[in-house]
Amino acid sequence: MQKHLLLGAEAVGQGAIDGGLSGVYAYPGTPSTEITEYIQGNPLAIERHIHRKWSANEKTAYEAALGMSYAGKRSLVCMKHVGLNVAADAFMNSAVTGVHGGLILAVADDPSMHSSQNEQDSRYYAGFAMIPVLEPSNQQEAYDMAYEGFELSERTGLPVMLRITTRLAHSRSGIVRREVKAQKELKLPNDLMQFVLLPAIARRRYNELLGKQTMLKELSDQSVYNQYIEGKDNHKGIVCCGIAVNYLNECYRDTVCPHPVIRVSQYPLPEKLLKRMNDECDEILVMEEGFPLVEEKLKGFFSNRIPVRGRLDGTLPRCGELNPDHVAKSLGKELKPGMTVPDIVANRPPAMCQGCGHIDAYQAMNEAMAKYGKGHVFSDIGCYTLGALPPYEAINSCVDMGASITMAKGASDAGLSPSVAVIGDSTFAHSGITALLDAVNEHAPVTVVISDNESVSMTGGQDSSAEGKIEDICRGLGVDPAHIRVIVPLKKNHEEMVRIFREELEYPDVSVIIPRRECLQRATRRKRNLSRE
Amino acid sequence: MKTDIILAGVGGQGILSIATALGEAVLLENLYLKQAETHGMSQRGGAVVSHLRISGKPIASDLIPLGGADLILSVEPMESLRYLPFLKENGYLVTNTNPFINIPDYPEITLVMEKIRSLPHYVAIDADQIAKEIGNARTSNMVMLGAASPFIHIEFSKIEAGIRSTFERKGEAIVSMNMKALHAGRQFAEANR
Repeated sequence: MQKHLLLGAEAVGQGAIDGGLSGVYAYPGTPSTEITEYIQGNPLAIERHIHRKWSANEKTAYEAALGMSYAGKRSLVCMKHVGLNVAADAFMNSAVTGVHGGLILAVADDPSMHSSQNEQDSRYYAGFAMIPVLEPSNQQEAYDMAYEGFELSERTGLPVMLRITTRLAHSRSGIVRREVKAQKELKLPNDLMQFVLLPAIARRRYNELLGKQTMLKELSDQSVYNQYIEGKDNHKGIVCCGIAVNYLNECYRDTVCPHPVIRVSQYPLPEKLLKRMNDECDEILVMEEGFPLVEEKLKGFFSNRIPVRGRLDGTLPRCGELNPDHVAKSLGKELKPGMTVPDIVANRPPAMCQGCGHIDAYQAMNEAMAKYGKGHVFSDIGCYTLGALPPYEAINSCVDMGASITMAKGASDAGLSPSVAVIGDSTFAHSGITALLDAVNEHAPVTVVISDNESVSMTGGQDSSAEGKIEDICRGLGVDPAHIRVIVPLKKNHEEMVRIFREELEYPDVSVIIPRRECLQRATRRKRNLSRE
Repeated sequence: MKTDIILAGVGGQGILSIATALGEAVLLENLYLKQAETHGMSQRGGAVVSHLRISGKPIASDLIPLGGADLILSVEPMESLRYLPFLKENGYLVTNTNPFINIPDYPEITLVMEKIRSLPHYVAIDADQIAKEIGNARTSNMVMLGAASPFIHIEFSKIEAGIRSTFERKGEAIVSMNMKALHAGRQFAEANR
């Protein structure tokens, strides 16, 4: 059998393509980006005209995927965990409308916050919406679950969440492909009112959703992805969610685990399997990548059953991703670390690239802002967030996509002057436009810096959906054209930039400064590709 | 057969090109492979690490346990030391000697080299210099792979084939340049291990 070396994220993409996908919708976000990028570059996806362009944000992506499902075709929508916050309105209600063509939401969580603001666990969202979750434990399962997920979605009439975490998303292994399925034909839903969530219809649909829960639990109990693995030593039973089972097996590499083990890779939780463990074992140890969701459920409110151990009682760390050493320790095994790290080894945090346009923009802004003191600058999510670190220390916030402009407006409403927002071009397109409209409507004296590198850079240089449109958007929202200032962030333009910053900081209404220079990484890639052609 | 490798470097140095060439070799040998990479924020000049596991039997964990690595292969000297807790007692450390200095508090390079030379098993190689001598500075990562190859339990001819299949579409000149780099690295390691 031909094996393909794929990242877990890529395996999701390949599984979806082979499973009859007609469209992928996504906004880039680590660690989910590679799913869509893989489909974009896949010859079969191109040949089949699978939709694969980036969306402006996760909400628009989710809604488009739902629209494709309405039209009877199979769709995939991909995002990082915090992206699901943006798409949450569409997501929650799609559980009530249900789907027509199969819809898979592939969401990649980032425990340990390698590249994120928090480590929220998307399984809670799935429970909140009452939809099934598939959580692969390896790259092959990532492929298989994407491949089979459409059928589960169509069978249950619900969107299916495929939840992966950083470690699986960004780890490569061999996978074996399956027979490529045909795409679905265009077909309207049988009930043309299915997607109309007027209260009377929504109540009916919601009751149907509630009615499906028993079936979902049965599917989980029967799923090949949920297994009770026998073990002789009943002093302890172990529940492993998703990839945790790999770390368990690593601890018993040349032997087998003596305790009964339940592998959980499909939710809602397989109650029958868990009840058996609860009845037969003296205590349960729960290993899960993310929040202690299963542990809390098993514990119950009064913890009056057998002891449940895991992240809540300190048997495993309360936060961060699991690894073989945490798991070994939780089983009472001795760790055998090698030599310690010498003291001379210094931290090496990420930094903006040498020569990056964001740096020139920050240097000019810092000089113009010096007389006002620190603490006036709200920022956003992208490479420029690194401007919070020395030597720039230029910004004072990074909360969620688009928050820079609205927080600057709120602080300005409170009397902070000047109040400045720094946002990237893609983040502006994602969630900054409505924020700017709020500011314009109230003539808020904020200075909005749209640091435009014509790319979504932190995630690897994807196309920004506002490219070439930013001034038009600002004018359209009502920003005075005289106060939309475009500059080229280069050392030689430093004095001019400082002057423009000074002028606009004094302007008592909304002004927009656009330092624009292509991302260096993207420029390098573009030139390399040109020379190849 | 099992080799667990910690690949280390700085975001942008292209450590994944080493992993790609090895991955191709692994496929040719019909071995199992798991390779956990660093993507996202750290790729902007931060410390990056990849756990590369090769085995004749199925591999459980994507991550190598502490004290479990047979080899640390680092394209930057200080970064090679960051992962010492992962190195087995008799494991090898193979590192490029050229510092990549993008932080203000980078330690004295002599101190870094002193630490490296105090290890029981190491190969310290100026891969950039060797790559330049070969005629292409961009082959330094293949020099590093060559220097590590004596400690990786894959037939050398398969690693050669892995390089061929990685660079094939870029033309024969690039393939032979990288092949030369691989051989030069291996030769150095054999003479200086």
